[in-house]
This record gives sequence, C-alpha cells and structure tokens, in this order.
Amino acid sequence: MANGYFGPFGGAFIPEILHETFRQLTCAYEEARRDPDFWHAYLSLMENFSGRPTPLTLAENISRHFDRRVYLKREDLNQTGAHKANNVMGQGLLMRRMGKKRVIAETGAGQHGVATATMAARLGLECVIYMGAEDVERQRPNVFWMEQLGAQVVPVTSGTCTLKDAINEALRDWVGSMENTHYLLGTACGPHPFPEMVAWFQSIVGIEAKAQILQLEGRLPSHIYACVGGGSNALGIFQPFLEEPEVALVGVEAGGSGLHSGRHAARIASGDGRVGVAHGYKTFFLQNSDGQMRDTHSVAAGLDYVGISPILAHLSQANPYPGGRTEATGGRVRFAAADDQEVVHALQFLMRHEGIIPALESSHAVACALRELPHSDPRTVVIINLSGRGDKDIFTVAEAVQDAGWRRFIQQKATLYAQLSPQEPPR
Amino acid sequence: MISPALPLESYIRQRLQERSAQNGAPLLMSHWVLGYPSLADNHAIIEQMVANGVDLMELQIPFSEPIADGPVIAQANQRALDGGFRVADGLAFIESCVKRHSIPFLIMTYYNILLSYGVEAFIREAARLGVRGLIIPDLPLQEATQAMDCCQQADLAWIQLLTPTSSAARLATIGQQGRGFCYCVARKGVTGSHTHFDDSLRDFLGRCREATPVPLAVGFGVKHADDVRHLRGMAEIAVVGSAAMEHYQREGSEGVGRFFAGLRGGDETANRPKK
Repeated sequence: MANGYFGPFGGAFIPEILHETFRQLTCAYEEARRDPDFWHAYLSLMENFSGRPTPLTLAENISRHFDRRVYLKREDLNQTGAHKANNVMGQGLLMRRMGKKRVIAETGAGQHGVATATMAARLGLECVIYMGAEDVERQRPNVFWMEQLGAQVVPVTSGTCTLKDAINEALRDWVGSMENTHYLLGTACGPHPFPEMVAWFQSIVGIEAKAQILQLEGRLPSHIYACVGGGSNALGIFQPFLEEPEVALVGVEAGGSGLHSGRHAARIASGDGRVGVAHGYKTFFLQNSDGQMRDTHSVAAGLDYVGISPILAHLSQANPYPGGRTEATGGRVRFAAADDQEVVHALQFLMRHEGIIPALESSHAVACALRELPHSDPRTVVIINLSGRGDKDIFTVAEAVQDAGWRRFIQQKATLYAQLSPQEPPR
Repeated sequence: MISPALPLESYIRQRLQERSAQNGAPLLMSHWVLGYPSLADNHAIIEQMVANGVDLMELQIPFSEPIADGPVIAQANQRALDGGFRVADGLAFIESCVKRHSIPFLIMTYYNILLSYGVEAFIREAARLGVRGLIIPDLPLQEATQAMDCCQQADLAWIQLLTPTSSAARLATIGQQGRGFCYCVARKGVTGSHTHFDDSLRDFLGRCREATPVPLAVGFGVKHADDVRHLRGMAEIAVVGSAAMEHYQREGSEGVGRFFAGLRGGDETANRPKK
C-alpha cells in the first residue's frame, strides 16, 4: 500500500524528527517480509516458545446447544495467554535483525507490557514499559510480572494518566533514543508501517485457522467473530479469509455501558467515530466536535481505546475484494458491539459449558456469536477467535459477578497487609 | 515600530536590524498554551511577554494527544482541556491578542484540530484573525500539501520544521518550502529539555542554513540569556517555551516578564538556576 494508506485511512503523521527512524523501520520490515528465512525463523520460534500452532477447538457443548458447528481458535494458549505474543516475538526478531538492544512499549491494562517483557527477557534486551500512572495503580498484578521479568515500568503522569498518555510518552522516549531503541507498538494502529507489520505477524492466526477448519470440516466457515480494540487479533484471523466471499467477518467492539450511554469504545458500530488524526495515523476516533479525544469505557481494558486499526476502518467502509460479501455498511467486515453485561454473561456461559476461561476482551466476540447463533442458518459453521485467556481478569470478573467469597478473601488480605510495616515481608 | 502586518520574513529581517543596533542578539519567540491556566489569565501573561521584549509569539491551541510536546507543555494542554477550553474561544482570544499587541502571532497546534474544524476553513479563519503563521508538528511535508496550498492562498506562513536527524536531501526538500522562517529542532528530543549549545548545534544550524533561504528559529531548550547570546550569528530567532511555563508556575505572570527581560540580556545572571 502506498505510504501506508488503506483507502483514506492510515498514513504516518509523525513529528519530523522521527522521519528517519520510520524510514529505517519501514526498510527493515520490508526486507524481512521479502526474506522467506525470516518468516521461517518466526514460525520456528512461535512453535518452540509459544506452543503454536494453537488448536482450533470444537466447542462441543455449545455446538450441541445451538445445533450449529462452533469452533474456538485458541490464542489463549499462547505464551503469556494471548495473541499479543505473536506480535512481540515477531518484532523482537526484527529488532535482532536491526541490531537494536533496547525495547520500549506502551501498555494500557498491562498485557502487551507483560508480553514485551517476556520477549525482552528471552532475547536479552533492555526493556522499558510506559504505563499510565492510573493504570499502574489499577493493574498491579501485571506491573508485578513486568518487573519480575526484568522490565522497568515507568508510570506516566501526564494528560489523563492512561494508555494514550503512555503512547505519547513512549514516542517522546523514542525521539531521543532511536539509535539503539525500538518502539514495539502493541496493535495494528499507529503510523505506517506498524498497522501493516503487526497485521502481518498476526496473520499466523488466520493462516492456521484456515488450514485447520478445512481439515476438520472440509469447508470454510460461514462466520468469523473477533473482538476489536486496536484490531490486531481480528486482522490476524480475518486476513486469509478476506478473499473468500462466503465467509462473513464480524468485528465486535466494546459496547461498555451501552451504545447510547456515551460510555463505550465502539468507534464504528456506534456510528460515533469520526475520521481524525492522532497517535500518528488517520482513522475513526471517538472525539468531541473540537477534535479532542473522548474518554472511552469498557469492562475489558484491552478494548478501551479511542482509535481503531486503519486497515479495519477501511474494511468497514469498502470491499476491496471482488466477489466479497458486502454487509449493511457496505464493507468487507461487519461491525457490532457487545456491552459489559452481555460480555460477563458470555464469559460465564463459555466457562460453564466448555471449561474455557476467556479474557473479557475475547468474551465480546463470544457474546456477539451467542446473540446471532439462534437466528443463523442451520448449516452455519462459526469460528470465534479466542484471543486471550481470562485469568488476568480475576479482580474485574469477581467484582462483576459480585462474588462474596472473593470479597472476603481480599478484605482478609488487606487486613493482613495493613498490619505489616512496609519493610516487613508478608507472612 | 515595525508593522506586524508585513510579510513575516520581512518583519523578522527588519526587526533584526533594529535589534542588531542594540546588541545583535537574535529575536525572541515565546510559546504559550492557550487556556493554561485559563484564558482569563492568559492576557496578563502575554502582556508581560510583549512588554519584556518578545518579538513574536506562537500560541498553542491545546490538543488531547500532544505527541511532539514535552511533559511541561503536555500537562498544560491537559489542564487547559480540563478547564473546558474550546477552540472557538481560543480563536476569539487570538483575535484580541492580534488587536492588542503589535507583534506577529502564530498558531501552533496539532493536525486534528484543523481537520475537525475543516483544514481550509481553519486556515482562512486564522488569516482573517490576523495570524501570520502556522506550526503543525504532526503534519510532515508528505502529508501537508493541502494545508500548505491553503496557507499560500491565505498569505499565511506554513512553518517548516528542520531536525538534526533529517538527511541533507530531506533538509533541502523541506527548506525549499520554507515560508517566514524555518523552525530548527535543536536536540533529539521533545520540548523542555536543556540543549547543550555546542559544536553539534553549530553544525546542525549550518546544515539548516544551507537548506533554506529563510531565517532560522531554534527551539526546544532555550533557558538562559547565555543560550540566546550563544545563538548570535547562528540563528535569527530563539524560541522559548517550557522554561517560561516553569517560571510562571513558580512566580506567576510577572515572573514570566522578569524571565524574558533577563533573556534579553539586561541582567546576564538573572536567569541562572540557583545551584
């Protein structure tokens, strides 16, 4: 794509001082992409370190319940429990190729930070993670793991002290450190070449899923559901199916407290997103009439973001693949939203019926599939991208289901810690 | 008194001649974030800056995602927005500044503010208000064609940014498009960190000089009268941003006035940090 544009979306809106850095990164990425050995090295690392290929599991009980075939692409079984591993390991190998020894990354909920820290430990790199000060407080378990893995976590106190401020801070670091440092962006957003590059590493998900479903069912799926925050897991699984017109691709955004509440992160499904430029790229952003970015809300921290991949923005509007199905929006990918409540129910449903604990993010895709399955054609074959596992959400989920035992446990722990002096090791 | 309505480059060159009759130091361009701490307070601050020797001024329209700004200015952006800043109020305020003060004003902001307003409409409105130039740090040359054309038509200077990381070819390409002056980013970093005014700066500004016929402004890190003096012969304009905000936070608007008076070289030690 010329200049990293996908239709009218994408581009590279970066301060001039980063021009040369992005030029170098683009060259390195394009060289790696042309080099078959690079992709082989990537596959081998992912097989060895992250347990790939991940299974395509038939959800037997759910399939029986709806009398449809429902499959789960098990990205939750990756190293660190999510598809994030695909991107960080890929960019880690690219760093090695570029000879860079220090990696910086932004993180919101901390998942991308933890994934980056594992990669840095494995490849022997110095690692600095920028995280909004408010997120550092809210996501202590992930901060704990990042630090244990040897990363330095820098709380960002500018702006609203959340993800977007962490992105800004990481870019500021990079402006001064680009000679030895790579900025490892966590999703298929940001300036070119990040959207395209992250989507490339994540395409491993869809390539596997396509081969697996053909082997298991002898046909393509009728629907693929994936949650969409920045959009990397959705693009990962969608890409190899873009040119298959019979496969409906559904991106599920965070409906938060409901699309009419104003408290959500559904940039496309709500119709509230307007085309804008921020964080170095052009896409649909949730913004006010002056162009200031709005606060977003979702029970799933990983979907709580104002922008969306420019590649998905384009696919929501247009169908660049002849013969491809055009949905209501006229685009190759249809967008829907699931609200917080629905999502918690979907999570419980999957746990009880299949013994799988999905991440709150991935539960959005599950929720949308569960909503649509009863009205679907009997020959429907569905793949849900289970992008991550839910252990990380124990605090949020326990609160959402108002579990009394969990509350007692936390209170007891708090009492115990309150009795300790700060220096004393906990008993 | 030189009219601020002159073409920006002519204003700068005439003002320099006037200054060189005094001490030959470069002009001072100050930077302030509108709405920080409030538009009501901004008038007093801007008056102090003008009264104490500022030759031209960039007023920043705050944005929620200021990727090219350092912590001090980024924080001021957020404070202004928390205080309910609206773009329309900011533009009305700029108009009153243009009427009140006889120095040129420029607008600094991010591209999304223009995009949201309508790029052409924003540029025409800025020109109508009497603004002389635009500084948009997240709109690099290859994306700026439309905005540059609109500026050309509206007789507004589109200020190009030159950086130490740019290749010679890139500097030349950008420098040829320079209108009014070129903004030279003096360090590999963002606003607010102190620059070492050493040989690498001299070398960088030399490369900028070769790349463009328009005057050079040096930004990102000017803090002391010595810094300004050091630029003599190397650049036409010293840009002062974060340091002024820090003085404001410590000493209020009169502190900002004293700071600029000190930068002008009246008191060579006034702005030295206390050890």
